[in-house]
Amino acid sequence: MDPITLSRLQFALTTIYHWLFVPLTLGLGWFVAFMQTRYYQTRDETWRKMAKFWGKLFLINFAIGVVTGIVQEFQFGMNWSEYSRYVGDIFGAPLAVEALLAFFMESTFLGVWIFGEGRVPEKVHLASIWLAALGSNLSALWILLANGWMQHPVGYVINEANGRAELVNFFALIGNPKGWIFFWHTISDGVLMAAMMLLAVSGYHIFRKQNVDFFKRSFMIGTVAGLIASVLVFLGGHTMGQYMYETQPMKFAAIEAHWETSQPADFSILTIGDLSGKREVWSWRMPRVLSFLACNNFGCEVRGVYDIQAEYEALYGSGTDYIPLMVVTYWTFRIMMTFGFIMIGVTAFFLWANMRGDITKAKWMKWMPSILILPYLANASGWILTEMGRQPWIVQGLLKVEDAVSPNLTTVDLLISLIGYTVVYGALAVAMVKLMVKYAKAGPDAAMHESVDVAPSLVGADD
Amino acid sequence: MSYEFLQTLWFILIAVLWIGFFFLEGFDFGVGMLLPFLGKKDEERRAIINTIGSVWDGNEVWLLTAGGATFAAFPHWYATMFSGFYLALFLLLVGLILRGISFEYRSKDANPAWRNRFDWMIAIGSFLSALLLGAAFANLARGVPIDENMMFTGNLFTLLNPYGLLGGVTTVAVFLLHGANFLGLKLEGELRERVNGFAKKLWAATSVLYIALGVFTYAAGFWARGIVNPGIVPITAVVALLVAGYFINNKMEGWAFIMVALNIVLTQVTFFTMTFPNVMLSTINPAYSLTIYNASSSQYTLTVMSIVALIFVPIVLAYQGWTYYMFRKRISTDKKTLVY
Ligand code: HDD
Ligand code: HEM
Ligand code: HEM
Repeated sequence: MDPITLSRLQFALTTIYHWLFVPLTLGLGWFVAFMQTRYYQTRDETWRKMAKFWGKLFLINFAIGVVTGIVQEFQFGMNWSEYSRYVGDIFGAPLAVEALLAFFMESTFLGVWIFGEGRVPEKVHLASIWLAALGSNLSALWILLANGWMQHPVGYVINEANGRAELVNFFALIGNPKGWIFFWHTISDGVLMAAMMLLAVSGYHIFRKQNVDFFKRSFMIGTVAGLIASVLVFLGGHTMGQYMYETQPMKFAAIEAHWETSQPADFSILTIGDLSGKREVWSWRMPRVLSFLACNNFGCEVRGVYDIQAEYEALYGSGTDYIPLMVVTYWTFRIMMTFGFIMIGVTAFFLWANMRGDITKAKWMKWMPSILILPYLANASGWILTEMGRQPWIVQGLLKVEDAVSPNLTTVDLLISLIGYTVVYGALAVAMVKLMVKYAKAGPDAAMHESVDVAPSLVGADD
Repeated sequence: MSYEFLQTLWFILIAVLWIGFFFLEGFDFGVGMLLPFLGKKDEERRAIINTIGSVWDGNEVWLLTAGGATFAAFPHWYATMFSGFYLALFLLLVGLILRGISFEYRSKDANPAWRNRFDWMIAIGSFLSALLLGAAFANLARGVPIDENMMFTGNLFTLLNPYGLLGGVTTVAVFLLHGANFLGLKLEGELRERVNGFAKKLWAATSVLYIALGVFTYAAGFWARGIVNPGIVPITAVVALLVAGYFINNKMEGWAFIMVALNIVLTQVTFFTMTFPNVMLSTINPAYSLTIYNASSSQYTLTVMSIVALIFVPIVLAYQGWTYYMFRKRISTDKKTLVY
C-alpha cells in the first residue's frame, strides 16, 4: 500500500478511536456535576452515591480520551506535513487556543476533583467538576471550529508568493457557522451518549433487582435527558444537512445517492449501487422529501452528482474524480439517522411506560445494555460520513488529500506506526472494557470506597 | 508591532512553554521512573504516585500547548520537525500513552500482578519519553539533514548519533534526580529517607553525564551558531548542578530541588539561544536552515495569537500555581489518608 492510503487509514483509525471515548466524556461530566450539586443542595446520600458511581465510570473513560488525544495533536505534523504548512496560519490557531483554554482547564480541575475531596473546601470541590465539564466541552468547540474550517474555509486569502492560505479575519474563523452547527450537534450528542450509558447500566441492575431505588432514579434522568438530547441532535442534524447542501453540495448528493439534478427531488430510502459505488442498480424512493431536507421546501431543485462533477471539473480542472466513495457516505448516513430516530423513539417510550406503571418490573429491562450499540455506531458513522464525504479534498476546494501527506514518509515507517497503534490501542480497549464492566456491575456501594482494603471484593464481583 | 518583533516574541513564548514542560513534567518523568525501584509495598507506590497524581496531566498540557503554538506560529517548523522525527515521535507517543493510562488504571484492580504491570508501564513509559525528548533536543542543537525544500532527508538512525544518545541519557539522569528531589519534598518517614539516599547516588552520575554533554557540545562546535552567545548561562547551569550536590548531602531538600530545577531551566535557555534565530539547523547547507523568519505564520496570525496569549497565559498560570498550593502537604503512606 502507498503512504497516502496508509496515512489515511491511520488517521481514520486513531481519530475514530479517540472519538469513541470523547462523546461520553462530553456528556457524562455534566451529569456527574449535576448529581454532586443535588447532593450539595439536599444532602440526600443517594445523590452522593450517584455522583461517585457515575464519576468512576467517567474517569475510566476519560483516561483513554486523554492519552489518545495526544496522538491527535501530533498527527497533523507527523503525517500531513504539507497540509500543516498550507493551513498552519489558520488551522493552528484554534488548535493552540484549544490547548491553552480548554485542556489546561479540564486537566487541572479534574485533578482537583479526583484528589481534592476532603482536602479542598466542598464548594471548591463542586466547582472543580463543573469547570472540568466545561473545559472538555470548550475543547470540543475549538476542535470543531478547526474542522469546520476544513469543511468550509472562511476568513482567509491565498498568498500567491508562498502558496499558502493565510488568515485575514479571525472573527470569521471563530464565527464559522459550519463549526457552530457541528458544535450544537456534537454536544447534544454527548449528552445523548451519556444518557444511553445511564439507561444501559441502570437497566442491567434494575433487571437484577439490585439497588433499585438508586438505579431507577438514574434511569429516569437518562430517559428525560436522552429524549431532550436526541431531539436536539435531530434538529441540529437537519440544520447541518441544509447547510451542507449550501457549502458542500457534492457531499450532500453523495450521502443521498442523488445522481441526476431534479426538481422536486426524491429521498432514497434504499438504494443498491453497483460495486464501483458510482452507478445505481435499484432504488426505492420517497417523493419530494429530499427537497425538504435540502431547503425546507417540498418543491425546490436539488443538484445531482453528475452536474456537480461537471461544475467542479470546470472550476478545479478535469481529470479528477470529485465524487466521494458513495457506498460509505450513503450507508453511514442511513445508520446515523435511523439510530437517531430509534433513540428518540425508545426514550419517548420509556417516559410513556413510566407514566403507565412501574417500569422496574418491565420485561424489556433485560435488553437495556444492548442499547449502547446505538450511540456508538451512530457516532462513528456520523464522522465517517463527514470526513469521507469531503474527499478528494482535505480542505474543501483548496487542497487535495494527495497533496497534503508528508512526502518523506515511507511505507515501512507507516506500517510500523499503524501496527504499533493498533496493538497499543487494542490493549487499551481490553483494559478499559474490563474495568468499565467491572465497575458498572459492582454497583454504587463498591464505588463509595476508595481504599485498597475493599478492592478485593471488587475483584470477586466480576466473576 | 513589527513582524520581526512578533516572530521573536513567539520564539520566546514557545521556548517558555518547553522550559515549563521540562521543569514540570521533568519531575513527573523522574517520579515515574523511580516508582518500581523506590516503592516496595503497595501503599508506598500509591503514595509516590499521589505526589504527582493531581498535576501530571496539567503538566503534560504544556507539551500539547508547545505543539499547538508551534503549529500556529511556525507551521514549517512544526511540519518539518514532526514529519522528520516521525518514528521517534511515534515512540514518544507510545511512552506517553503507556504512562498516562497507567496512572489512572493501576489502582482500579487490587490484583498485585495487575498493579505491578501498570507500575512498570509507568516507569518504562516515563523512561522512553525522557530519553526520546532528550535525544530530539540534542539533535536539534546538533543540526539535522534538511534540503532546500525544508524537507528532512534522514531517518530514525540519523537521530541515533552519539551526541543525540548522550543528550537522551543525560536528560534521563537529570529528570531522575529532579524527580528524587521532588519526592524528597513531598514524602515523609522512611520513604523520604530512602529517596534521599537515591538522590545522593544519582547526583554524581548525573553530574558526570552533564559535564560530558557540555564538553561534547563545545568541542564539536555545536556552540553559538546563531546571533546570540549564551555566555555564562551554561556555566551557571553547571554550577547549579554541582551546588545541588551539597544540598542533597546536607538534606536541604528545598534548595536541592531549586538547584536542579535551575539547571534544567538554564539548560533549556542555553539550547534556545545557541541557534537563534534558527529553529532547525540544516547539516546539508546552513542556508537551508529553518529560521523564525522563513518558518513563521503571517503577521496577522501572530498578532491575534499574541492577544490570546496575553489574556489567557496569566490565568492558566494562576490556577495551576493554585493547585500546587492546594496540594502542598506531604503525603504519608497511611492507608486511611491515601486517595486511590
Ligand atoms: C449519536 C450520534 C448521532 C446521531 C443520533 C445523529 N448524528 Fe448526525 N452526526 C453525528 C452524530 C449523530 C456526529 C458523529 O457527531 C457528526 C459528525 C460531525 C459532527 O459534527 O457530528 C454527525 C454529522 C452529521 C452530518 C454531517 C455534517 C457535515 O458533514 O456537514 C449530518 C448532515 C447529520 N449528522 C445529520 C443528522 C441527522 C439528520 C440525524 C437524525 C436524527 C443525526 N445526524 C443523528
Ligand atoms: C473525532 C471525530 C473524527 C472522526 C471520527 C474523523 C474521521 C476521519 C476519517 C475516517 C478520516 C479518513 C477519511 C479518508 O478516508 O480520507 C479522516 C481524515 C482526516 N480528518 Fe477526520 N475525523 C474526526 C475529526 C476530525 C477533526 C476534528 C479534524 C480536524 C481538526 C479532522 C481532520 C482530519 C484530517 C486532517 C484527515 C486526513 C485527510 C483525509 O484523509 O481526508 N478530523 N478523519
Ligand atoms: C482530530 C482532531 C483532534 C485533536 C487534535 C484532539 C486533541 C486532543 C488532545 C491533545 C487531548 C488530550 C487532552 C489532555 O491531555 O487533557 C484530547 C482529549 C479530548 N478531546 Fe480531542 N482531539 C481531536 C478530536 C476531537 C474532537 C472532534 C473532539 C470533540 C468534539 C475532541 C474532544 C476532546 C475531549 C472532550 C477530550 C478530553 C478527554 C477525553 O476525550 O476523554 N477531540 N483531544
